[in-house]
Amino acid sequence: MAAKNWSFRMTPTRAVLMALAAIGGALMVYRLVVGLGPTTNLSDEWPWGMWIGFDVLTGVALAGGGYSTCLLVNIMGIKKFAPIARAALLTSLIGYLLVMVGLFLDIGRWFNFWRPFVSWGHTSILFEVFWCVSLYTTVQLLEFGEIATEKVGKRWHNIFKKILPVLLIVGVLLPTLHQSSLGSLYVIEVGKLYPLWWSLLLPIFFLMSSFFVGPAMVSLESLLSSRATGHKPEYNVLQSLIKIAGYMMLVYLVLKIGDLFYRGAAGLVFAGNLEGNMFLLEMIAGIIIPLIICFTPKLRNSKAGLATFSVLVVAGVIINRMNVVFTGMSDYIGGSYFPSAIEWLVSIGLVAMGVLGYLFIVENFNIVPKEHHEVHEETDAVRHTA
Amino acid sequence: MSKAVLVDITKCVGCGSCGVACKMWNNLEYRKESPMLGKDSKLDAENWTNIKLVETETGAEKQSVWRFVKNQCLHCEEPACVSACFSKALQKTKSGPVVYHTNLCVGCRYCMLACPFDIPKYEWGKVIPRIRKCQMCPGRIKEGNSPACTEVCPTNALTFGEHKDLLKQARATINNNNKKYVQHIFGEKEAGGTAWLYISDVPFKELGFRTDVTTQAVPYYTESIMHLTPAVGLTWGALLTGMYVYNRRRNTIANEENDNKKGK
Repeated sequence: MAAKNWSFRMTPTRAVLMALAAIGGALMVYRLVVGLGPTTNLSDEWPWGMWIGFDVLTGVALAGGGYSTCLLVNIMGIKKFAPIARAALLTSLIGYLLVMVGLFLDIGRWFNFWRPFVSWGHTSILFEVFWCVSLYTTVQLLEFGEIATEKVGKRWHNIFKKILPVLLIVGVLLPTLHQSSLGSLYVIEVGKLYPLWWSLLLPIFFLMSSFFVGPAMVSLESLLSSRATGHKPEYNVLQSLIKIAGYMMLVYLVLKIGDLFYRGAAGLVFAGNLEGNMFLLEMIAGIIIPLIICFTPKLRNSKAGLATFSVLVVAGVIINRMNVVFTGMSDYIGGSYFPSAIEWLVSIGLVAMGVLGYLFIVENFNIVPKEHHEVHEETDAVRHTA
Repeated sequence: MSKAVLVDITKCVGCGSCGVACKMWNNLEYRKESPMLGKDSKLDAENWTNIKLVETETGAEKQSVWRFVKNQCLHCEEPACVSACFSKALQKTKSGPVVYHTNLCVGCRYCMLACPFDIPKYEWGKVIPRIRKCQMCPGRIKEGNSPACTEVCPTNALTFGEHKDLLKQARATINNNNKKYVQHIFGEKEAGGTAWLYISDVPFKELGFRTDVTTQAVPYYTESIMHLTPAVGLTWGALLTGMYVYNRRRNTIANEENDNKKGK
C-alpha cells in the first residue's frame, strides 16, 4: 500500500452518520458556550445523567473488547485469536477517545480538567478512574502507533515495535484497575443505591462484565462490519471467543446470586416493582439466555446464534449500567430524569463519529487480515460497479 | 479544637434570622421562587441554609404542632464529599468546617452523589458553575467568632462551641428532660459523626431527617477498596509480565524446534 493513498467511500449510511456527527459536534460547542443548565435536564437531584451513565460508564465497558482480546492474544499467547486483535484494539481506542470527549463535556469547569494531575485527591475512586482512563488512552494511542507507522511515518515503526511489549502489559493492567473502579464509584452510594445493585462486590461485577462484554462487542462489530465492507467474519475464532465469555458469565451469575442471598436482598428480585423487573430483565436477557445460546453447540455455531448472543450480552451490560445509574437511584432520589434532546443528539453524534473513524481507519490501515481484505475489496468493486 | 453547633429543635420559632444572616454574610441572592423559610423551602446554590416548616403531632394526646428544621451542611467528621473529590476542592479543616476551593474544582459533581445528606448544590444556570454549600463561616471561626447563623439566633436554638462540650450538653439536656426529648442525638453517630448535632422532641424521621444513614464513616467503604489498588496493581502487573515472558519463550522454543525438524 503506497503512502498518502487515502480512501473513504461515500455511501448513504455514511452521509447520514456524517450529518449526525456534525449536529453532535455543533451541539458540543454550544454546550461548552452556554453551560450544562440550558443544555441538559440535570438538576441538584440528578447531578449525573446520560453523558456519565451512557457515554462514560457504558462506553468504557463496551470498549473492554480491547483489553480482554489483548490479554488472550498477546499475554496468554492464544494465537487463534490474533486475526481479530487489531480490530478489537481499534474499537477500544475509539471507544476511549469518545469516553474522554463525553467526560470533558460533562464536567462543569472543563478548563480545569487537568487539576487532578497536580492536586491529588487520591482517596477518591474517581481519581483512579481519571488517571487510568487518561493513561490507558495514551497507551492505546501508542499501541496504535505500531499500526499507524506501517503506513505513515515509517521510520518510527521500529521504535514502536520495541516498546510494544511494555505497552501491551500496561494496556491490560490499567483497564483491569479502572473497569472495576467504575463499579467502586457507586460503592459510596451506600444506603442510596437500591440493594439489588449496591454491593461491596460492585467493582468485581463491573470488571467481570466489562471482560465478558468484550467478545460480544468484537463479534457484533465483525458481523456489522462484514455487512458494511463485505469481508467475511472469522466465525471459528468468534465462536471460541464467546465460549470464554460464557465461562466468565457463568461465574458472574453464580457470584451475583450468592451475593444477593448473602446480603439478604434475594427476595427483592421477584418483588414485582420497577427495580425487581429491571433486574430480572438484565439477568435473564443479558446473562441467562446468552448462556443457553453459548453452551448449546448448535446455537453457538450458527450465525444467528452468534448474533443473538452478542446483541443480548451488549444490551445486558448497557441495561446493567443504566440500572445502576438511574433505576437503582430513582427510589432514593425521587423525581425523574430524562435526557434532553441535546443530550441525546450529542451522544448519538459521538457514536456516529466513532463509527466513521472506525470505517476510515479500517479502510486505510492494516486492521483486518490482509488476504480477506483484498478479497473483499474486489467484491466491493464488483458490487459498486454493479 | 474541633468546633460544632448544637441545634435544639424545640427552641426554634422559625423567625428565619439565621437564614438572613447566612445570605448577608456570604453574599447570597434572595430568590422569590426559592424561599429559604417555610414548607416549600429547600437548599440550593443560593440557599446554604433553609428553615423547613414541618406540621406534625406530638405527646400522648397527639397534639398538632409546628416544628422548624434548620438544614445546612452537617460538616461530617469524615466527610464523604472530601473523600470523593478527586482534585481536593473540598477539604476538612482542623477546626471543623468542610470548605470548598473553587479554583481546584473540576465540576464533576461526584461530591453531590457521595454526600449521605445530599448537601452540595450546583450553579446549573452558570456557564462556569461552582459547587455551593454551607462553609460554616471558616473565616469567622478563625477569628474566634461563631458562624453568622448561630450569632444571630434570638432563642438559643443554635449553640456554637467545642464538639465534645456540646455533645455532653446535648446528652445532659435529653437526660434531664427525658419526657420531653427523643433519646437520640442526630449527628453523634450518623455517617461516622458530624459537626452539627440535633436534639428534638419529635422523632427525627418525622422531621425529614435521613435516619437510615449508615453509622460507619462513608469513606471507609471506598477507601478500603482504594487501599487495595496498589497491591492488586502490582500483583496483577507481575502476573501479566510473567505470562507474557513465559509464552514468548515457549513460542521461541517451539519455533526453534520447528526449524530443527525442517533442518533434518
